[in-house]
Amino acid sequence: MNWESVIGLEIHAQLATNSKIFSGASTRYGGEPNTQACAVDLGLPGVLPVLNREAVSMAVKFGLATASTIASRSVFARKNYFYPDLPKGYQISQYELPIVQGGHLDIQWEEAGSGSESETKSKRVGITRAHLEEDAGKSLHEDFQGMTGVDLNRAGTPLIEIVSEPDMRSAREAVAYMRKIHALVRYLEICDGNMQEGSFRCDANISIRPKGDEKLGTRTELKNLNSFRFVERAIEYEIERQIDVLETGGKVIQETRLYDPDNNETRPMRSKEEANDYRYFPDPDLLPVVVDADFVENIRDTLPELPDAKKSRFESEYGLSPIDAGLLTSGRELAEFYEKTVTASGGQAKLSANWIMVELAGALNKVGMDITESPVDAGMLGGLTRRIADGTLSGKLAKQVFDAMWKGEGHADDIIDAKGLRQVTDTGEIDGLIDEAIANNPAQVAQYRAGKDKLLGFFVGLIMKASKGKANPGKVNERLRTKLSE
Amino acid sequence: MDKADVEKIAHLARLAIDQKDIARYARDLSNILDLVKQMEKVETNEVIPMSHPLDATQRLRPDEITETNQREHFQKNAPLVDTGLYLVPKVIE
Repeated sequence: MNWESVIGLEIHAQLATNSKIFSGASTRYGGEPNTQACAVDLGLPGVLPVLNREAVSMAVKFGLATASTIASRSVFARKNYFYPDLPKGYQISQYELPIVQGGHLDIQWEEAGSGSESETKSKRVGITRAHLEEDAGKSLHEDFQGMTGVDLNRAGTPLIEIVSEPDMRSAREAVAYMRKIHALVRYLEICDGNMQEGSFRCDANISIRPKGDEKLGTRTELKNLNSFRFVERAIEYEIERQIDVLETGGKVIQETRLYDPDNNETRPMRSKEEANDYRYFPDPDLLPVVVDADFVENIRDTLPELPDAKKSRFESEYGLSPIDAGLLTSGRELAEFYEKTVTASGGQAKLSANWIMVELAGALNKVGMDITESPVDAGMLGGLTRRIADGTLSGKLAKQVFDAMWKGEGHADDIIDAKGLRQVTDTGEIDGLIDEAIANNPAQVAQYRAGKDKLLGFFVGLIMKASKGKANPGKVNERLRTKLSE
Repeated sequence: MDKADVEKIAHLARLAIDQKDIARYARDLSNILDLVKQMEKVETNEVIPMSHPLDATQRLRPDEITETNQREHFQKNAPLVDTGLYLVPKVIE
């Protein structure tokens, strides 16, 4: 049978506030255990949560960036369950009236096409809602006198939980959506997006149905997906698992499963951990949150240029292809690096794009660094592309200069001077080398003139070698052809 | 509400209840639910659900760190601590 997978994601993004959502304790990551957990975070008797204005602003920002409705009135509710890292016995969240409702996001991804070329696909993914809530603490299960240790520094850190519509049909689409949300929250500067530190986390709801059916199959929820790669692998595994279950006459059970990256499989969580009976009710400690039109409009004015708009501008302003523009705007820092490089290069838009996406990306990838850690900054790379554009450097020489810049040997111009890497474009000098090559190889000259065109490469090789790689290859080719046909 | 319902909600709320009281709880809670059922008959289409009895809206505070580290003070209340962590009976994942 032909199966179709149906995927929806729930993304938790920690908001980049200084203080917690309901208290004045610091949200800084990595502090000594429990030094940032105050009486409100600990849920001690008699405390009152007071909502952080910045957390509300950030949620509104996200809503505006996803064409969502901002609820003029939203309500906090208590989600009741017991776990040691949740000191109050309930999590303050939003249930019936979330602050962000009904938006969407356009995603693009690559898929194998009919030919050898991959095809760029796109679709609009619905965002059901995004609500404000508090994070829980952390349980440490290493052995502490045979007990579990609890660090409540994270308790009360503001989160938005972004719930998508079940609009995705493959693991690849799900990852494209997750990446887009990740880029968006970083563009908006509402979340640092650090997945290792748990600032950006994802759960996936997955079900399978016969292709063409309208009715949704029974879904499972996957937890513990803390990297883009794991999301893709876990979803792929889970789709296969569900298909196997159905094709062997079984039934998919609605359950929560954990992804185990070491064995690349998903396993059911024990049913005891799954008391999905949260008995939500409005939190009497918090009044309804009202945001008026002024509040929303003031935030709208502060929105930066968003990824989609930047991508369109890169296409029109720099003449980049949609794929290149998409790649270069996939992160705010990368886009900034690109624009600075273009400026430093004196407007070399395409050359700069290529050098960033090929040489620089390759070098960074090799050592596992991201663009913000690059030893070659935008000014340096722009200086290099400028010298390629004006003919000082050939592609080959430029790579040598790049390698030297990477090793910290300075700017392109300094390296060119220090190493004497200036390309030879002077016609007289090149003609001299050509004449010498022709004079020393009369037999090959005769063969070439008799029609053996392939020998051109032989002469180019000799001349390039004689110039120590510094002769301009285009010029050599051009002059050589002329001289050989004289 | 029957005995099983009472036991379930008592467990969800981590309430220890006496077996001999369960029948009475079931009766009392059923009465409350009956009252709710009675109220459901009232036409409420025009009424905005009340999430809070006070006719006021949430005050927002500026995003400032106002709390200092009082771990030592708070952990005086804890039955067991180790290297700054609160200790609880083992939770196995």
